[in-house]
Amino acid sequence: MTTSDRGETVRRLLTIVQLTLHEAMRRRVLLAALVCGAAFLVLYATGFHFVERDLRQNAAMPLLQRRLTLNLFVLAGLFAVNFLSVMTAVMLPVDTLSGEITSGVMQTLAAKPVRRAEILLGKWAAYLILVVGYLAVMAGGVLLVARALGRFTPPHVASGLPLMALECALLVTLSIAGGTRFSAVTNGVAVLGLHGLAFIGNWVEQIGTLVGNDAARSIGTVASLLMPSESLWQLAASRMQPALMRELHLTPFSPASVPSPAMVVWAAGYLVVALLLGLRQFQRRSL
Amino acid sequence: MAEPVIETRGLRKQFGGKVAVAELSLAVQPGEVFGFLGPNGAGKTTALKMLLGLIAPTAGTARVLGAPLGERRARARIGFLPEHFRFQDWLTGRELLQFHGRLFGLRGARLAVRIDELLARVDLLDAAHRRLGGYSKGMLQRIGLAQALLAGPALVFLDEPTSGLDPIGRLLVRDIIGELRRQGVAVFLNSHLLGEVEATCDRVVFLKQGRTVHELALAGPGAGASELTVELRVGPHDGGLLEALERFGPGPFEEDGLIRLTVGRDEALPELARWLVARGVALYEMRAQRKSLETWFLEVMGDDQRPG
Repeated sequence: MTTSDRGETVRRLLTIVQLTLHEAMRRRVLLAALVCGAAFLVLYATGFHFVERDLRQNAAMPLLQRRLTLNLFVLAGLFAVNFLSVMTAVMLPVDTLSGEITSGVMQTLAAKPVRRAEILLGKWAAYLILVVGYLAVMAGGVLLVARALGRFTPPHVASGLPLMALECALLVTLSIAGGTRFSAVTNGVAVLGLHGLAFIGNWVEQIGTLVGNDAARSIGTVASLLMPSESLWQLAASRMQPALMRELHLTPFSPASVPSPAMVVWAAGYLVVALLLGLRQFQRRSL
Repeated sequence: MAEPVIETRGLRKQFGGKVAVAELSLAVQPGEVFGFLGPNGAGKTTALKMLLGLIAPTAGTARVLGAPLGERRARARIGFLPEHFRFQDWLTGRELLQFHGRLFGLRGARLAVRIDELLARVDLLDAAHRRLGGYSKGMLQRIGLAQALLAGPALVFLDEPTSGLDPIGRLLVRDIIGELRRQGVAVFLNSHLLGEVEATCDRVVFLKQGRTVHELALAGPGAGASELTVELRVGPHDGGLLEALERFGPGPFEEDGLIRLTVGRDEALPELARWLVARGVALYEMRAQRKSLETWFLEVMGDDQRPG
């Protein structure tokens, strides 16, 4: 590929990214996500205000306990943000390919001198920007509330939030790759089902670890390998708390069994393979 | 002769066990308006999508603009108007053309000028700022046509271009096809509106159950080689005239004061006139009519394609 070819490829890719962003902005699903997100942040800030005031007024409470309680509250907020972001990551791009193939929009697009890979990667990049942007705004909102109202920031935010972003990226990729083969509804049900499997698998693993049952623990590990999304959240949450809180398993966000850091590599590889399979399927698909 | 813009050999497409296109072998020349005829379900759209690289053939070979099927560089010189054109409802007509122009690699002032030209050509300059969601079916079809012509293509595929158009819109499409022909652009027209095809195409191929079954030239060389029905109104004549007319074609007979016969080619007409005059027959009227495309269509497709 010559330099000018590369330039043309990038330009076409950016054109697709731009159209996709433009489209997503106009759709109600993003608006719904933003409205729910804003409502959540208002509710969260209100709750945080009252809790923090009580903690401050309780002179007998040791500083450490106050900090641990605030940390728990921030993790609870991020847990909700994680849930909203997961839903957005799956539902926002769920019909971008299948919908356009059905409506005939894709046929006009794919008949242009544009590679199918450029169409798919352009859409993928656009949804990645949107969903990671959404996560950044929402998680940023939670952290800002904690900072402004409680002068508190949990530890290792800089390594925790990227893990949450990777989880979102993984789900966006699966939702787009699935759209090369399945209808919107099938695709949405399949990707959320897979995430649900990882979610339940993780609880089986936690409880298995607490009661010392290796079989239950292994089931959880297998579920995490099949779908590493929930493990990334677990890993992120375990980072964003002090060692004391983590070691003593004081909260639901201090898991008895912390996923191995190798899970990050596994998840990244999983994402790349899903994207490549999606590209291959879209390349071969009859439009 | 220049290299054909489309050349296919034994192109076939099967979806699972269902054969959509059984055997497609055809050639389309540069600047030719080529009609692709067949009843619904004959495989016209599947064939067209294979030529565009949207569907991979199960078997056979083809070259479009000298390149293998689906080649990206060839697509830069191809325009395509799908049946029932639709695009993102929230784009305005102008934005739609800007977006597709960029995919063709056009930019800046060149693109802006081209867009204005095309908007004027399809009579949508006034509606250019309106969203596609508010366009009528005919307007969508016309903006779709503009989109197909953006890059100044060498070959244009039109899939039922006049469906949803009113008579004025149809005339516009017919005029644009005529302009394309004059510019040397080849047009591949999928249609079952026989009147449209008859008025615009140089040559047609009939597709039946996924196979090309008949080819017919409507204009240019070869067009005069098909049968004509001739009607003659002559003065009093002796009984030997009908028998003598058999030298021109089969079945002369007289009915309601008119003699009817069939001749094989255009050149037979002046010969027939000269012969009648030389024989001393008073010739009041002579009318020749080519078999209509509709008659051809029904003959080629056979009774099994007729509804009911």
